[in-house]
Amino acid sequence: MLEGFNFRIIWEYMPLFLEGLRNTFLISLISLFLALIAGIIACAGRLAKWKLLRGVAIFYIESMRTTPLLVQIYFFYFGLPTLGFRIPELQTGILALMLNSGAYIAEIIRAGITSVPAGQIEAGVSSGLNYFQRMRFIVLPQALGVTVPPLLGQAIVLVKDTALLSLISVMELTRCGQVLTSERFMPSEAFFTVAFFYLCLYFCLKTLADWSQKQLIFREVY
Amino acid sequence: MMTFYFQRLVEIFPFFLKGLWMTVVVAASGLIFGTICGFILGILRSGKNKLVTRMIGVYVAVIRGTPFVVQIFIVFFIFPEWGIQLEALPAAILALSILGTAFICEIVAGGVKAVSTGQWEAAASSGLTRIQQLRLVIIPQAMQTILPPLVGQYVLLIKDSSVVSVIGVVELTRVGWVTVVRIPEGLMVFSLVGFLYFVISYPLIRLSNYLEERMAVQETKL
Repeated sequence: MLEGFNFRIIWEYMPLFLEGLRNTFLISLISLFLALIAGIIACAGRLAKWKLLRGVAIFYIESMRTTPLLVQIYFFYFGLPTLGFRIPELQTGILALMLNSGAYIAEIIRAGITSVPAGQIEAGVSSGLNYFQRMRFIVLPQALGVTVPPLLGQAIVLVKDTALLSLISVMELTRCGQVLTSERFMPSEAFFTVAFFYLCLYFCLKTLADWSQKQLIFREVY
Repeated sequence: MMTFYFQRLVEIFPFFLKGLWMTVVVAASGLIFGTICGFILGILRSGKNKLVTRMIGVYVAVIRGTPFVVQIFIVFFIFPEWGIQLEALPAAILALSILGTAFICEIVAGGVKAVSTGQWEAAASSGLTRIQQLRLVIIPQAMQTILPPLVGQYVLLIKDSSVVSVIGVVELTRVGWVTVVRIPEGLMVFSLVGFLYFVISYPLIRLSNYLEERMAVQETKL
């Protein structure tokens, strides 16, 4: 199956692959951080009392969840220049990833907050805690345990999503595979190596996610 | 200028409908194959044979750990090296089926495992064969846990089908990409593309939410 698999070529292109791996890692990390902020804001909007704000948040979350990421990337890539914003591909890609993951993260956080029973909040009210104290001491500590495992799941999805940035020629891992394919025409060497690196990232994150899940069960028992 | 482009867009709208049809064809075929294979593998995965469950586990991990773009490239560029020459459309359907199988397999296995062992034992002691146990006792109960995430997974797969545009299948995203070259109004073109995806995926999201709520109600009744 793999006779004639050329390891020498992979070795020759290793610096390129490592650079791609680094870029994928950095793009994921930055996007995840920005998506967390976007998600928290969107979730706050979603749970707000003001109807207009809630409407905007619902529109944002649902429009992100019902359309493919690739369409969103193209939307910003082809759309922003017509509005007069000329930003490089990398920033466009990070913007799209941030907004896309932000919508999912908003829903994850909302599920966490609403999972705290109303009785807990009522108990907080009757102990004389104000809104921020209730959030700080009662809701968030309980919501966090429910939120962390799916957040790590979203991080896994995000890492895989960065592969789509290769289509707007951002130099990340998948793009390196495309470069090797077009320069030497060796698709199997190129894409199996790319897949291997993604699997490494996946297993690191997966281990972390499973571990956090165990911690959660541990906390529930006591 | 905007109105001029808008008129052009209205003129070529049938082209978009063709793209929508192609998306439906790719997604539906992928979903059907994915569901059939996913159910078979999922039931095998929940079984006791260690070797089988391990092998399916490796398959699932590899598919879940790599981006769909890379999988498409592997199917389209590397399978021919092994003598499996595929046109763009069959390659797209194959890739989507492989992806769908992995995710649906996990959902089904989870649902089957959630059925209590007492049910298995009761079915076995009623003299049912292994197939009958599954068909008459286990699957109907497992369906309740399987259905909501399954429909949710369908939405994700429909959105993932946008990625097959990279190998030149003229579906919705590809239509948008081709159009934006002639009508340089990225926001308008990709809003339309996004809206058409919304038309397919939103009813499914509502269905998934409805099933989830119904299940929650049933759980409280028990």
